[in-house]
Amino acid sequence: MMMKVLVYIDHHAGAITPATWEALGAGRKLSQDLQIPMEALVLGNNTASLASAVAEKSGVHVHAAEDASLEHFRADVYASAAAPLAEGTEVVLLPDNGRTREFAAMLAVDLNVGLIPDVVALDVRDGNLQAARAIYSGKVRSTVLGTGRKPIILTLRSRVFAPDAEQTGPGEIESVAVASVPSGVEVLGFEESRGGANLADAAVIVAGGRGVVNNPALDPPPSITDQDAIDAWRAEQGFAELQTLADAIGAALGATRAVVDAGFIPYAHQIGQTGKVVSPDLYIAFGISGAIQHLAGIRSARTVVAVNKDPDAPIFRSARFGLVTDMHEVIPALTKAFLEAS
Amino acid sequence: MNIVVCVKQTVDTAATISVEQGTVSWGDTPLVLNPWDEFAVEEGLRLREAHGGKVTALTVGPESATEALRSALAMGADAAVRVDDSSLEGADSLVVSAVLAAALEKMGDVDLALFGREAVDSNSGVLQAQVARRLGWASLPLVAAITAIDGDGRAIEVERMLGEGRQRVKATLPAALSVVKEINEPRYASFMGIRKASRVDVPVWTSAELSMDQVDPGVSWLAPEAAADVEVACEFIDVDDVGEAAHALVQRLREEKVL
Repeated sequence: MMMKVLVYIDHHAGAITPATWEALGAGRKLSQDLQIPMEALVLGNNTASLASAVAEKSGVHVHAAEDASLEHFRADVYASAAAPLAEGTEVVLLPDNGRTREFAAMLAVDLNVGLIPDVVALDVRDGNLQAARAIYSGKVRSTVLGTGRKPIILTLRSRVFAPDAEQTGPGEIESVAVASVPSGVEVLGFEESRGGANLADAAVIVAGGRGVVNNPALDPPPSITDQDAIDAWRAEQGFAELQTLADAIGAALGATRAVVDAGFIPYAHQIGQTGKVVSPDLYIAFGISGAIQHLAGIRSARTVVAVNKDPDAPIFRSARFGLVTDMHEVIPALTKAFLEAS
Repeated sequence: MNIVVCVKQTVDTAATISVEQGTVSWGDTPLVLNPWDEFAVEEGLRLREAHGGKVTALTVGPESATEALRSALAMGADAAVRVDDSSLEGADSLVVSAVLAAALEKMGDVDLALFGREAVDSNSGVLQAQVARRLGWASLPLVAAITAIDGDGRAIEVERMLGEGRQRVKATLPAALSVVKEINEPRYASFMGIRKASRVDVPVWTSAELSMDQVDPGVSWLAPEAAADVEVACEFIDVDDVGEAAHALVQRLREEKVL
């Protein structure tokens, strides 16, 4: 295998994930800086159309392995399939997510090479790759280098690198055989998140905090008397308002730790130090005070809009635009304004 | 069931972090058991309570890291082991995973190794998968619920939290799991627990005593830098009329090419 940048093509439910095109974009820049070719790797079953899409759009040489054992993504099987193809390459890039991080970790063990997860910037200095990552929950920036053994394996944070520009001319697709290896895990089922919006890939996120629960204009039905039940009812109404706005503008729905811990919305929506770290173009924070742990999750959001009744809420110090008002009044108006603008 | 929880000592998430002359500093804030690992310890204790067995906390770190093990003991772990890291300078996940795997092998007959989803300092979250790979165990990262476990039948079923949704997976024991916050609510250490933990003898192993091949780090680091704090000047939008405010916001977002 010659020196090259190998990009892993991540896919889910029959589609290439958006962050994969970003990995190809980052890979192209790297291949220019290091003056070595970029190639792609597709693993799966019945994934010929995905391999064609990559060859078509990015114009790179695609290694495509299809096997029944690759039907479901299972990191152990995928790592075994990828290891011989990654061996001898210079750099392996993967878009970072829950699947690929496990896969990359195993591949690093198999090849006995370094792994740099969740990379936010790439640079080549004197012909050597340098990768930046956020540590201490985003408070510190760490620059990581290889130690000479190749390849170095990197997973790239979603929505940080520019997607690959469309290239001319399809690249070649090379079928590669993989040995079927048993997996330690058996996939029993999969349940898509409600709305299907993946926070990591979302361009726009609408998020709610404590303020979601306090709509003064809403009176709970008289049948609900218990204070906890009233709060739960208010939260349900509040998140339904936010969901309407999110659906209208194609946004993902996020939440703070406070409302997740209170049981008002599932943990999958939590953004912040103990939840997800997100990088949307636009983050609209409703009724979120802006605890430091929450802000740690939105540091790489491009533009933050904050809606909060309290003009002194810390969230405004991280916001580009602020509306000091009751979030419940402004949501219907915003939904309307966004729809008119689209 | 023989359960080992792999833990790390980290800074408290509430600590004020600064970088002074290329070294990360947190003032005099005491170090703690990595907050994510508390969920792993809790899950180990719950499994022991339901199925019997033993929970051992394992760490790779300096002598001070014994405090993190004592936190796990105070929550209810039965035993703890520290692998001294003084000979492991510059260790990356490749090295630490090899040490942990060798320590788990030395313990012998481990059914389950539990990890927090990541450490709050290094934010890597890869050790669980690397340890599983080294040992040839089933790897189950990002577990939100253990739905079934059968120590005699050597089987486990879990729900994993992925970006797109929840995946249900079945595996054979032994397995290495990392857990997310949704899995449980960690208990507080009781006064009795803290007293008991302070008296537990924590054996120290050196990496030289572990039977493992030499593993060299695959990455190195430059001196860390403080993350640039993005100073944003907040532009407040007049909200006398919410309809107008909404339009003004959309207008400004367009002008700044956000929309």
